[in-house]
Amino acid sequence: GRAWLSHAEPWTRDGRREEEEEEEEGCYQLYPGHIPTSPLQKALLAAGSAFMGLSDPSRHDMVAVLGETTGCLALPNLRDKMKHHPEGYRILQERPRIRLSTLDMARLRGLPGGTLGREYVRFLEDNKVSPDTRMPPKFVDDEELAYVIQRYREVHDLMHTLLGMPTNMLGEVVVKWFEAIQTGLPMCVLGAAFGPVRLSARKLQVLATDLVPWAIRSGRNASCILNVYYEQRWEQAVESLREEIGILPPP
Amino acid sequence: ALRALCGSVRGLAAAPETHFGFQTVTEAERREKIYKVFESVAEKYDVMNDSMTLGIHRVWKDILVHKMNPSPGTLLLDVAGGTGDIAFRFINYVRSVRERQLQQKLKHHQNLSWQEISESYQEDKSKSLGDSQVVVCDINKEMLKVGKQKAQHLGYSEGLSWVLGNAEELPFDDDMFDVYTIAFGIRNVTRIDLALQEAYRVLKPGGRFLCLEFSHVSNPLLSRLYDLYSFQVIPVLGEVIAGDWKSYQYLVESIRRFPPQEELKAMIEDAGFFKVDYQNLNWGIVAIHSGFKL
Repeated sequence: GRAWLSHAEPWTRDGRREEEEEEEEGCYQLYPGHIPTSPLQKALLAAGSAFMGLSDPSRHDMVAVLGETTGCLALPNLRDKMKHHPEGYRILQERPRIRLSTLDMARLRGLPGGTLGREYVRFLEDNKVSPDTRMPPKFVDDEELAYVIQRYREVHDLMHTLLGMPTNMLGEVVVKWFEAIQTGLPMCVLGAAFGPVRLSARKLQVLATDLVPWAIRSGRNASCILNVYYEQRWEQAVESLREEIGILPPP
Repeated sequence: ALRALCGSVRGLAAAPETHFGFQTVTEAERREKIYKVFESVAEKYDVMNDSMTLGIHRVWKDILVHKMNPSPGTLLLDVAGGTGDIAFRFINYVRSVRERQLQQKLKHHQNLSWQEISESYQEDKSKSLGDSQVVVCDINKEMLKVGKQKAQHLGYSEGLSWVLGNAEELPFDDDMFDVYTIAFGIRNVTRIDLALQEAYRVLKPGGRFLCLEFSHVSNPLLSRLYDLYSFQVIPVLGEVIAGDWKSYQYLVESIRRFPPQEELKAMIEDAGFFKVDYQNLNWGIVAIHSGFKL
């Protein structure tokens, strides 16, 4: 990590040592990419990223920053849920990562239709997305919680697969509603509440009457989605996994 | 073989150390890191300047050019001129001075024939800048690119040229320029002494050196507020607006590292300049240093 140096420099401000400034922010990096921040900075980041994320939808990094700076209650909650579940506990120990370099795409593509692996790859190809575009955490001040939020981000595409939702605005909003119930992350709640703003009236109707109630019911009914070791279940049928987790059949 | 090994180890240990914000690095590392910072911020440079200073940087730059008070025919070298802010202001200033000159001239041409008047119009129109020229020199390709795009967008072409170059080793002959400016650039130079020597070299005798840079706030209350704003708000602005926390963290750290007013004055004098003086703007948040080559 970075080391703050305190040796006297000829041009330092009179009477003030640099350490005074650094101490406010924390003096060390907890994980690669970590930027320690003071409470004031987190508050400003949260406000700024919320505003920027709403006004410029292409700024996915702002959504990520919002999640990190507002997740201080939800993340420990999620981590505890994982700790108290055998599969979740294993995930926390082993820290699996979902990225193109760790996935055997060819094997997954070769699996029978209807299996998690096959449908996941189909989802990635149909929507032209990759698991590698997830932002690594920067502003989470706990190394284990940083993993939890990273895991949540990497599992997001699997949520799309299990819920059968595409990556257009409508699909994303539905997944956000589900995630908001499941994780309690303020970022998901905000996304779920404000996402529909950009949808047409017709889509809003479908959303309100069918999709959101289903997402909410599923979210409530399902066990914690972070407690599933997806990498060990590629061969499992999507239907069966849905039933196991408690996701209700899509409308 | 052992001697050769010791020799090379000594060579490594002797790499001159300097600072990058609050980190200690070698000079080579610093140059590279700074290049990367400006490569990364170039596109959003102007937006960030407006956000961080709430637009006040525009006033600072206006004051610099007014202090310069260039007359038509002046040859300006703007070093670390990147996105062209000083160059464009220089051109505007000289143009308006020229226009006023022309108006004055016309007032006195009461007894000329129509033909004589229209001839003098033609002659003057083609020299709207009156032979003034500004050369914008910057070490960073991305910043120059943004500057050129801006110039095109805003319609600046006459009397303006863009040169890729290093302030520590300028690609110009001796005694070439009337004025040398460096606005918010000298802080990023690794060997300030070399940059000042180069400034002296390329200026004509009688030429003026002008430096606009962040400086030292001596008022303790203001200084605390300024620090609070710098360290708490600016990196956040960098992350939110440009998606780049680290470059703006570097910015505020580099300001703290930079010599305060008197020290910089001494360095300028060491390079050979006379009548070196400085003017604080906003209680020392920014200062303009001036010197003359005799």
